[in-house]
Amino acid sequence: MQTLTINDQPVQVDADPETPLLWVLRDHLGMTGTKFGCGKALCGACTVHVDGAPMRSCSLPLAAVAGRKIATIEGLSKDRSHPVQRAWIEFDVPQCGYCQSGQIMSAVALLTQIKTPTDADIDAAMAGNICRCGTYARIRAAIHRAAELMRSTP
Amino acid sequence: MNKPKAGRLAADGVAASGLAAGRREFLRAAASVGGGLVLALTLPACAPKRAASGISGTGAGAAAGGQVNAWLKIAGDNTITVLVDRSEMGQGVYTALPTLLAEELEVPLAAIRIEAAPVGDAYINVGNGGQVTGTSNSVSDAWDKLRLAGARARTMLIAAGAAAWGVAPADCHVQSGTVVNARGESLTYGQLAEAAAKLPVPKDVALKPAAGFTLIGRSLPRLDTPDKCDGSAEFGIDVRRPGMLHATLAQCPVLGGNVEEFDDSAAAAMPGVRKIVPTPSGVVVVAEHFWQALKARDALKISWHSRETASLDDAAIRALLHKTPATDFGKAARAEGDVAGALHASPSVHAATYELPLLAHATMEPMNCTADVTAEGCDLYVGTQVQQMAQAAAAEAAGLPPERVRVHTTLLGGGFGRRLEIDFIPAAVAASKAVGAPVKLIWTREDDMTHDYYRPPASIRLDAGFDAGRKLVAWRFHSISPSITARFAPDTTDPFDSVVEGAANYPYDVPNLSVNYTRQEIGIGVGYMRSVSHAINCFAIESFMDELAHASAKDPLAFRLELLEKKPRHRRVLQAAAQLAGWGRVPTGHHLGLALMEGYTTHIAQVAEISIDQGALKIHKISCVVDCGQMVNPKIVQSQVEGGIVFGLSTALWGEINVAGGQVRQQNFNTYRVVRQNEMPEIVVQLQDSAEPPGGIGEPSVALVAPALGNAIFAATGQRIRALPLAAQKFVKIA
Repeated sequence: MQTLTINDQPVQVDADPETPLLWVLRDHLGMTGTKFGCGKALCGACTVHVDGAPMRSCSLPLAAVAGRKIATIEGLSKDRSHPVQRAWIEFDVPQCGYCQSGQIMSAVALLTQIKTPTDADIDAAMAGNICRCGTYARIRAAIHRAAELMRSTP
Repeated sequence: MNKPKAGRLAADGVAASGLAAGRREFLRAAASVGGGLVLALTLPACAPKRAASGISGTGAGAAAGGQVNAWLKIAGDNTITVLVDRSEMGQGVYTALPTLLAEELEVPLAAIRIEAAPVGDAYINVGNGGQVTGTSNSVSDAWDKLRLAGARARTMLIAAGAAAWGVAPADCHVQSGTVVNARGESLTYGQLAEAAAKLPVPKDVALKPAAGFTLIGRSLPRLDTPDKCDGSAEFGIDVRRPGMLHATLAQCPVLGGNVEEFDDSAAAAMPGVRKIVPTPSGVVVVAEHFWQALKARDALKISWHSRETASLDDAAIRALLHKTPATDFGKAARAEGDVAGALHASPSVHAATYELPLLAHATMEPMNCTADVTAEGCDLYVGTQVQQMAQAAAAEAAGLPPERVRVHTTLLGGGFGRRLEIDFIPAAVAASKAVGAPVKLIWTREDDMTHDYYRPPASIRLDAGFDAGRKLVAWRFHSISPSITARFAPDTTDPFDSVVEGAANYPYDVPNLSVNYTRQEIGIGVGYMRSVSHAINCFAIESFMDELAHASAKDPLAFRLELLEKKPRHRRVLQAAAQLAGWGRVPTGHHLGLALMEGYTTHIAQVAEISIDQGALKIHKISCVVDCGQMVNPKIVQSQVEGGIVFGLSTALWGEINVAGGQVRQQNFNTYRVVRQNEMPEIVVQLQDSAEPPGGIGEPSVALVAPALGNAIFAATGQRIRALPLAAQKFVKIA
C-alpha cells in the first residue's frame, strides 16, 4: 500500500510499484480525466503535474511518485473556473476533446512559470502535446487569453 | 498448447448485414413511460438515466436496460433532451444537430440536454444507407429532418395549449419554451408535453425561412465544450461498470494473420490475471487492471499463422500498383468526347504519374470497447461511427440476436473514419462472455497503428493535351488503387465507390475527358480516412493542373479561371483565396501554390505560402476560402476547416505507413509524425455567406494542403512534387 498526494488529498493505492501513474489514476482511482494516448511519453495526453512540473504519467512508475504532490485535471477547479478552463471554454478550443486534459495541464504549468508567455514560449511548452483534430491555433489564442485572465485576477 | 477455433470473424459479412438494415420510415408521436412528448419512430421502452453534465453517452437506457428511439423528449420538469443520432467525434454534431431542432422548437440552445441515440431505424442516415456518421453529411441529412421534428413538436404543443384554454391554435404562439395565448397566459412545454404527445402528428408544417433563423447561422457555444475542459467528458476508454475487468488483445503482428497455437501458462499465473480468452481476433488477456493485462500479454507465447501477407513489403505493393499496362485504362466513371483521339491529335501532350502512400488514422484515443454480456443480453459501450454494425458485430460474437445488444455510443476521441470499423469490438464481447463480467478492452497505440484499416495507396496516371491554340482539350485521369467499399460492403454494385470522388466531378471545362479506375488490391485492408479519396485525387489533379499551367506558360490562377467560366462557385472561392493570400503580391523569397476542389458539395480553395531557406521548406501560411452553403454554426465550421488543414499538413509532410514482412513498421508517434504546436503555420480561413443547401465541412479542407504545398514548392524551386510525403522526397528538407 502506498500513499500518494493527489490534488492535495492523501490517497492510498495498492498496486504494483511499476504500474504507471496513468493507470493508477484511471483504473485504481477512477480518475479518467487523464488520458492514455501513446504509452511512451510521445503525445502528452496523460500530462499531470508532479511537484508543479508537467510530467507524462504514462511513463512514470508509481514508485517514482510516492511522497510527491500530484495534480490532475480533476483538481484544477470544482467549477471550471480556472482561468485556463475559462479561456478554453470562451474560445471553444476542444473538438473531439481527448487530448485537451493534457493540453490544459501543460498550459497551466506554462502559465505558472511564465505569466505572459510569448508564442515561442507556447511552442516550447506545448510541443509535447499532440492534437489530431488540429486545435493548435485556438490553444495558442486561449493560452494568451488565460494569461490575461490570470493577470486581471489578483 | 491451446488451439483456438479457426477462422477470423467475417468483418465484411457483418458490415454488409449492418448496412442492409431496412429503411422503414414512419413517424408517430408516442408518450414516453415517464410522461411527456416524444417524437419518435418506435416506441420507447423506458426513460434513460441522465448524466449530471447534460451530455450522456453511456447513460441512455443503461441503468434500466431499455431503449429509447426518438430525437426529442420534453419531460414534465421542462427538461428538453435531444437524442443525437450522429456520433460526436469533434466535428460538432452534438451542437449543430440540436441547433436545427431548437430553431423550430423556439428554445434556447443552451437549454438543451443531449443523449446519444441508440440503434434504431429512425436514425438511419439516408445518404449513407445506415446509421453511419461519415461522408461529412450529418448536417445535410438532418437539415430538413430535425427542423421538421422541431416544427411538428411546436405545432403539437401549441395545439395542446389551445385545447387547454379552449382557444384556436392560431391565437397562440410559442416563446422561450412556453405556449402563450392572446390573453397573455402561458403554459410551459413541460406542462403541455403529455397532452401534446397524444395529439396526431401534423404532416404539413411550415419551416421557418432563413431570414427568420435565430439560432442557425450564429456562432453559439458548443454544448460539449465544458465537459471537455475538466476531464468529465466520457470517451469509450473512460467507461466504468460495476465489477468491470480490464483486457488487452494480442494480435498477429503480420496483417491478416491469426493464432495457430499458444501457451498461456506463464501469463495466466501473473498477478491479477483472471482469464486468457482465445478469440477470432487474437488472444485476450483479462485482468483486474489494464497494466496487469498488458504485462501478462508480454508473457504469452503465440505461434502465428500469417498466410500470404507475410511476404508483403513496400516494393511489392508498389509493383502491384504499377503492373497495369499503360494501354489499359480500367473502367470509366465519366467519359466525354474522345480523349484518345484528342491526345493523338494534340501537338502538345503531357503525362505524369502521382503516387500516394498508405496512411494510418491515428486517432488520439486508441481503439477500445467495453462489453457486458449477460444471459439477458449485451450492453456495448463504444465510440463508434456505425451503431448498427457495432450491434451486429457484438451480436455475432455474443451469440445473441442483434436486438438483444444495446449500443451506448460514447464520445469519440477522434474518428476520422477509423471508427467506421468494428474490428475492435468482437474480442471485448467474447471476453466478457467468457468471464461473465463487464470487460473493457483497450488497444495500445502500437496495436492501433499496426492494425489499422489504412488509407489506400494509389498510383494515378494523368494525361493531358493542348490544341494548336494552347487550349486544354484532353484530360485523362486514371486511378489504380484498392477499393475500400468492396471490402466494407462486398455487396456493393458500384464499381467506383469513393475512389473517383473529387475526380469524377473535375470542374474544368475540357471537351475530351475521361475519369478511370482500375481496382488493384494489395493484400492489406484499406479503410475510409478523413476526406477519403478526395485527398488522394486532389493532390494528383491540382498538382497536374499546375504542371499544365506552367507548360502553357500561364499563371496557375489565370489558367484555372479560364477553364471555370461555367463554374461560378468554384471561381468565387478560387478568386477569393488568391486575394486572401495576396496572389502576385508576396514578399521576396516567398512563394505561393494554390488548389481548388469541390467535395461533399462544399467549394473550397487554398493557397500555401512558403519559402525555402538553405534548402529547407518553411511553411508560412495556409489561406483557405470556403463556400459550404448554409452554415449552422460558423465557429464550428471554422474549427473544422482549421483542423482539416492541420490533418492534411501532417499527411503531406510526414504521413506514410511502411510495410516489411507483412508488418507495419510505424508503431507510435515518434515514427508516425504528426504536426505539433511548434510546427504550425499561420492558418487564415474565410467563410463565404451562402444560401445554397448545407454542404459537408468535416473533411474537405484536408485534401487541398498537399497540392497547394507541392505547387508552392514548384514555384520556389522548379521541382515538381509527384509523391508524398514531402519528407520522403529527396530534395525536400523540412525546416
